[in-house]
Amino acid sequence: MRLIRVMCSGRVDLAFVIRAFRNGMDGVFIGGCRLNECHYITDGNYHALGMVLLCKSIMEHIKLSPERLRIEGISAGEGILFAGVMNEFAKRLKDLGPLGKGPGEDATNLGAKLDAVARLVPYLRLVERERFGIGVKSGEAYEKFYASGEFRRLFKELVADKLAIGRIMALLRKRPLTTGEISEIMGLSPSETATHMNRSSMQGLVRFDAAIGRYVPAADEGAV
Amino acid sequence: MAGDGIIIGDVMVVGGGISGIQAALDLASSGFRVCLVEKSPTIGGKMAQLDKTFPTNDCSMCIESPKFIECDRHPNIEILTYTEVERVEGEAGDFKVTLRKKPRYIDEDRCKGCTTCVEYCPVRVPDPFNQGLSSNKAVHIYFSQAVPLVPYINERCLYLEDRKCSICMGVCKNDAIDLNQKAERLELDVGAIVLAPGYEAFDPGLRGDYGYGRFRNVVTSLDFERLLCATGPHEGEILRPSDGKHPHKIAWIHCVGSRQVIEGGSSYCSSVCWSYIQKQVILAKDHDPDAEAAIFHNDVRSYGKDFERFYQRAEKLPGVRFIRSYVSVGREMPGTKNVTIKYATADDGVKEEEFDLVVLGVGLNPPAGAGTFAGLFGVELDSHGFCKVDPANPVQSTRPGIFVSGAFQGPMDIPEAVVTASAAGALAGGLLKSRRGDLAKERVYPPERDVSGEKPRVGVFVCHCGANIGRVVDVPSVVDYALTLDGVVHAEEGLFICSTDAAEQIANTIRDKGLNRVVVAACTPRTHEPLFRDTLREGGINQYFFDMANIREHCSWVHSRQKEEATGKAKDIVRMSVARTARLEPLREYDLPVDKTALVVGGGPAGMTSALALAGQGFEVHLAEKESALGGMARRIRRTLDGIDVQAYLRDLIARVYRNPMIRVHHDAVIGDVSGYVGNFTTTLQSAGSAIVIRHGAAILATGADEYRPAEHLYGRDARVMTQLELEDRIAAKDGLVSCGRSAVMIQCVGCRDADRNYCARICCGHAMKNALDLKRVNPGMEIYVLFRDMRTYGYIEDAYREAAERDVKFVRFEPGDPPVVEPASDDGGRPVLRVTVPDSILGRKLALDADFVVLSAAAVPSAGSREIARLFKVALSPDGFFQEAHVKLRPVDFAADGVFLCGTAHYPKHLSEAIRQAYGAAGRAACLLSRDTVTASGSVCEADEDKCVSCGACIRACAYGAIEFRETPKGRKAGINPVLCKGDGLCNTVCPASAISLKHYTDEEILDQIDAAVPGGGSTPDLVPARPGFGG
Repeated sequence: MRLIRVMCSGRVDLAFVIRAFRNGMDGVFIGGCRLNECHYITDGNYHALGMVLLCKSIMEHIKLSPERLRIEGISAGEGILFAGVMNEFAKRLKDLGPLGKGPGEDATNLGAKLDAVARLVPYLRLVERERFGIGVKSGEAYEKFYASGEFRRLFKELVADKLAIGRIMALLRKRPLTTGEISEIMGLSPSETATHMNRSSMQGLVRFDAAIGRYVPAADEGAV
Repeated sequence: MAGDGIIIGDVMVVGGGISGIQAALDLASSGFRVCLVEKSPTIGGKMAQLDKTFPTNDCSMCIESPKFIECDRHPNIEILTYTEVERVEGEAGDFKVTLRKKPRYIDEDRCKGCTTCVEYCPVRVPDPFNQGLSSNKAVHIYFSQAVPLVPYINERCLYLEDRKCSICMGVCKNDAIDLNQKAERLELDVGAIVLAPGYEAFDPGLRGDYGYGRFRNVVTSLDFERLLCATGPHEGEILRPSDGKHPHKIAWIHCVGSRQVIEGGSSYCSSVCWSYIQKQVILAKDHDPDAEAAIFHNDVRSYGKDFERFYQRAEKLPGVRFIRSYVSVGREMPGTKNVTIKYATADDGVKEEEFDLVVLGVGLNPPAGAGTFAGLFGVELDSHGFCKVDPANPVQSTRPGIFVSGAFQGPMDIPEAVVTASAAGALAGGLLKSRRGDLAKERVYPPERDVSGEKPRVGVFVCHCGANIGRVVDVPSVVDYALTLDGVVHAEEGLFICSTDAAEQIANTIRDKGLNRVVVAACTPRTHEPLFRDTLREGGINQYFFDMANIREHCSWVHSRQKEEATGKAKDIVRMSVARTARLEPLREYDLPVDKTALVVGGGPAGMTSALALAGQGFEVHLAEKESALGGMARRIRRTLDGIDVQAYLRDLIARVYRNPMIRVHHDAVIGDVSGYVGNFTTTLQSAGSAIVIRHGAAILATGADEYRPAEHLYGRDARVMTQLELEDRIAAKDGLVSCGRSAVMIQCVGCRDADRNYCARICCGHAMKNALDLKRVNPGMEIYVLFRDMRTYGYIEDAYREAAERDVKFVRFEPGDPPVVEPASDDGGRPVLRVTVPDSILGRKLALDADFVVLSAAAVPSAGSREIARLFKVALSPDGFFQEAHVKLRPVDFAADGVFLCGTAHYPKHLSEAIRQAYGAAGRAACLLSRDTVTASGSVCEADEDKCVSCGACIRACAYGAIEFRETPKGRKAGINPVLCKGDGLCNTVCPASAISLKHYTDEEILDQIDAAVPGGGSTPDLVPARPGFGG
């Protein structure tokens, strides 16, 4: 356990969490005030909770166990609770094993996937604010929204597809690839790959170089 | 005698233990000049000798020593050690004091604390700091963190005895040794005096009945503190005196010198022993997990906040036996020098058992020479030999202008000693309010060096913390490692980096080596960051160029059995800290004006006392009470055991509140909203149908507690079952049941010490004794039974317990698993009674007690509104729902939220006089804030980069403080931040999609670098698991 001090759990950025996993950390814990007991007046702990729930979905999507990320509200008077939670979390991480090696996890291209997520962070801040806004300040409402079909639909549309295209762009910047090669590296079905390639061609991000029979980045690709 | 110095001050504080230190700091910080007089060679007192403190097991010296330095550096505190008071003349407002500064044979101004003299001194003497368990030289520094850090020479010095040796004079390079030094007389003019001489531990050697002084392996609990301590005689190894071996089987004996009416003992309960012995058991088991512990005790007296959980923690440890028995120490075994203890249990009868070491839980006695001391100051002592105080104003001695702080009031623990210190500050401040600020001086720092353009030059200081860190972490290897890190130009280790000389050394190193960043790898910023930031200012660089790497709480304390891994982790922590530090920038702090008005919430005795104390110091006060009348719970109490006629007291208090032109009372008040921050709060409350907006600089929360409404024992279903408060009403009303009843049964611990409320409500045992005695007074023939689990009549309340037993009140102990049962019945004569059945463990059968009425000692529970008040004022609650203070030991009336203070039963159940002194304490703390014209706001605030801002407004929505607004700039509308309103939580930084906002001192770069540095090699890790070479992406 390595500790980093921030003044509010709301200060913990998705980028920090992704960077920790990118560096090979097996788990990330965020401690803050109990919900509705914010010691500022900003309720930043709700922001942290939303970030954690979104991040858990992303982790699931890239085949990392969401249990590797945990947030708890613990007051300054609850030292024993803190120690208990820490021991429990550490034990859970030990049971899961090293990052990417836990049950249901896939370590393939994990670094690239996390890099793609990191590149999306500024975009995700906008998405979180515009589309994942939850009016009610209650932990249950947050949990409920992030478990809803509505969220899953938005997640696919706004996050999952963006992530895939982001990763494809990163691959193409290294060398031109065929649709088949992209499918293989990304672990996508040919039809999924075709959808992504069509969309990104339309958005002017990639073009098909007929001379070499492979996709290459468009000359004036927009940043993702 | 040499010297004729006259010192002009405002207040003299006598006694430099934790209580005197706190009183001096509070008074000095609120505009008074303080002279702190201590008879021993350093300030620190008994707390400095303790290893850890209950119930958090904080390291005692570690939390106390920052206060030594604060005193030492404070421009308004003059410390006079090795000094005694000779004469006191004059009166309140104008005392003339004669002091005698004993010769320490060292010139304090010349001595640099290098200890060369100690090295060369040929004479060894028993070390008083280590209770004589080890030796020291005839010239020595009292302890490593001593203030002043100057040695003194013991009378066993060969020169002082026979003029034989003067080696020390020869080796001292600073000519600081003066073996012909004479005592010096000093005159002191002050307006008020605070007495804080503390207590003396009971000396079991005087009576000799515990074998102390005869059997080498019998030690006192204070001796054992030193044995436990990393700075103790064996560097934290518990070795027994006879043979220096680790004792495997240790016995603790409770109530040594206390709860005794025999010659040489004290009749009162010393209050602190139960919990300090729990602490010693936990620590002994921590030193040696296989150790066997036997605790011989009477009642389990874990009556304080969180003490019950602390007891449970000790009780659950393997190999720990709690044995409820009186004991006698038997004999010393020839050969092994083991000691036997004779005791009796219900199951096994009388036994004699052998132990490797016996620890005597000695009580707290009045300070040595208390009689002479009191005579000198013209104050009276009470029947126990402590200072006589008025229970309705427990800080006031019998002589005007002289106040009492700490254990000289009677046995108390550290937080109470701190509370009473702040309380004495409040009263002295009231007396001297017209001269506040007249003599006070401002601190002057050297100019700040501009380091912009310099590359980071980091200095790393790694602390052993005695053995707290050093025993687990290989400190020298951490130092070597630190030197290999980028930017580190200096690294060194220190035994205690928080000691005055070490801190001065850091300031010197900053200057000498041109450091522009400092990392201290030691303990927690919560206690020590202010001290080290101050040290950076002394060294001439911006105080924000500092970071603390916590290798104690985060490392050595949690990994005490994995030394190698802990050392590796300490290196990681230092590396992370250095990475962050390189990014740090100099920050400017902001001065904000202080609104010199206080809001007190709660109009019971605590709230009213606080309000009056603040008004008495010249501050305007708003007092908000939720009911239509003042008085709170005290309206239901008639008298207290210590002799307060509560209703008369209350009438007087209420009249003084209404008469005081500085106090405005708001009845039927409901607080709707609280905004703002320390020095500048705005609270809206509804009172008498109208909304009132109050601007105030400080708030004191005194919202009280409620009485538990029992669901058990037929309460509410049978009118003959009542609570202690209800009984008190009936006694006052001369109710027939009370005056004619033949028998009554009291049941203790109703609604607490159970799964729902895992705490002791502290006041019920005393309350029961008071009512039992009152019943006996009005109806001497009444049979009274008290069914209890443990009688927790701590302090002087023990005398009432004894008196009740003498008056034939019968006490029957029951186990929580087999509680009393109450049912309606008829006695043999057909009289309707309540039959209470309870197993009697001594008689081994069920007792059936027929009572005319049953009294339930219902717990005090958090008041219904406390959760809402906590939410409004952004303060924490404890797991039991009481207000959570900032630090259990040393900030007992502060909240972690600046500018908000607490007192009374909202903090924890307590007796009236305890609530009163806490109320004065809270007023004292609030006055420290209100007496200042400005408060300093942190430089760690957000700033916005106009070039990056996309004007999306996300930050403005995130900032509930309203610190961010759009400003017209040449580049269009851009977010701008008002640093004075910014509180530095950094939420705006997180939500900004354009990375245009940055929270200073916690920037993205600083945190990301720290995250990267958490991995050895620092973030440039290759892809985690490259699946197929060439396809990594």
